[in-house]
Amino acid sequence: MRYMLLQNYGPTESDCPPMSQWSPADIKAHIEFQQALNAELLDRGELVDAQGLAGPEQARFVVSDGTSAPVITDGPFPESKELLAGYRIVDVDSDERAVEIAARISAAPGLDGAPIRQPIEVRVVMSAPDPEV
Amino acid sequence: MTEQQSATDLLRDLAPRALGAIVRRYGHFADAEDAVQEALLAAATTWPADGTPDNPLAWLIRVAARKMTDHYRSDEARRRREELAASWSLVPAEPVPAHDDTLTLMLMCCHPALSPGAAIPLALRAVGGLTTREIAAAFLVPEATMAQRISRAKARLKGFGEPFTLPQGAGGERLRPVLHVLYLIFNEGYAASDGPDLARTDLSGEAVRLARGVHAALPKDAEVTGLLALMLLTDARRPARTGPGGDLVPLEAQDRARWDRQLITEGLTLLTGALRQGEPGEYQLLAAIAALHDQAASYAGTDWPRILALYNRLEAMTGNPMVALNRAVAMAMTQGPDAGLALLDGLAGQLGDHHRLHSVRAHLLEQAGDTGGAIAEFGAAATRTTNLRERDYLVTKAARLAAGPP
Repeated sequence: MRYMLLQNYGPTESDCPPMSQWSPADIKAHIEFQQALNAELLDRGELVDAQGLAGPEQARFVVSDGTSAPVITDGPFPESKELLAGYRIVDVDSDERAVEIAARISAAPGLDGAPIRQPIEVRVVMSAPDPEV
Repeated sequence: MTEQQSATDLLRDLAPRALGAIVRRYGHFADAEDAVQEALLAAATTWPADGTPDNPLAWLIRVAARKMTDHYRSDEARRRREELAASWSLVPAEPVPAHDDTLTLMLMCCHPALSPGAAIPLALRAVGGLTTREIAAAFLVPEATMAQRISRAKARLKGFGEPFTLPQGAGGERLRPVLHVLYLIFNEGYAASDGPDLARTDLSGEAVRLARGVHAALPKDAEVTGLLALMLLTDARRPARTGPGGDLVPLEAQDRARWDRQLITEGLTLLTGALRQGEPGEYQLLAAIAALHDQAASYAGTDWPRILALYNRLEAMTGNPMVALNRAVAMAMTQGPDAGLALLDGLAGQLGDHHRLHSVRAHLLEQAGDTGGAIAEFGAAATRTTNLRERDYLVTKAARLAAGPP
């Protein structure tokens, strides 16, 4: 089963301030945590993909009716907290394991090493259909 | 292209035989598998340039044996081992039938301690002779991830240190996980109809090939024969199972002229032989159901009473609620949709909110003429399925009913 584990720029349960207010040591610990987690998921044969996305400052919204020139909206966006910050795709044996990984991501160290408690959205990736029995 | 294909086929046939020979000599399944992988890689790079050796199996065994001694090189025993390896390399391959290796290696890869998720890629590589890259592509994960999965599986097996011999009474319990893994590989391939992705390895074909190998080793095992028959009888319908855009075509709407008659004939012959041997097991019952579908001229003209009887036996044997769902369909076809719907009501406790329950109920409500109920149930199934093609099918089905008769 494949799962996409998503995180956005929304508020965290710990009210953790943005990374720009962390100490360099906090940032270093956070990055090392992410790298170590990815290495562990790779080692367990579970990692499919992990990507961080460039900040909302670089995001654009494109709307088109298919004929006239598309309408492109640049930031800043009032709802930037709802934008996707990054994701992992994992291929795991069970739903429980996907939740376990999501919990690890949520508890990533933030300010002063305290767990950020960021909400992680756990989504099932669509797969091919079951064969008919 | 065809020359390269035949070289690939040759390596795949030889891979388990080389591995079997190396494990018999050295033990150490995990290390032997590494050594054979290296030998296969060497063959893939040197044979096209230098030509295929006269005895390709002996070549692979010799190179793998050399890799083995490289692995075990240690100061004291080094020379002795190398001499030993050199003497081995002169010995021709032991006259062990190819299918014996297939069976023994399958039994090792499908060790009860391994989850199917670990056993499947290991079996595909060690016994099927697929490369890690091919297996990774088949399961849509990065090569490095798949490599780790395989090496973790082997590391687990190391802990058991099982001798390389055929377990006593190779049929029965030890064989069950092997059949299960083969069935899962087959289904993975059969379900993977996601677009015209030609680079994706044909897992169903691999499962059939491996099942043929196990069947050749145990021709008298009725369940092995039943599984092979089930695969062939199911695979026969594959050409009709998807539309031009890869969309799902359900059994009742399939163009039966496109079914593969040759596969059906072979499957029927195998199944008939297996069923003569006495009380049929799970795979034989599934194959018998597939055979009845394959022999029917139309969906309505299918021998539903016999299919119902087979599902009754299968459910009594397995207690699987998914089997009960199919039984409800057969019940509806023999005794009308209300009888099927009544059976579904009893399943809600076991299956809860499963999308298949909604989808079967939707079909039966449609048969019963309850359009409103059918639309709601198709919608409910669509939001719960994790299968893209199935969701497309269910959403379209609901929309057609909502639009009314054309």
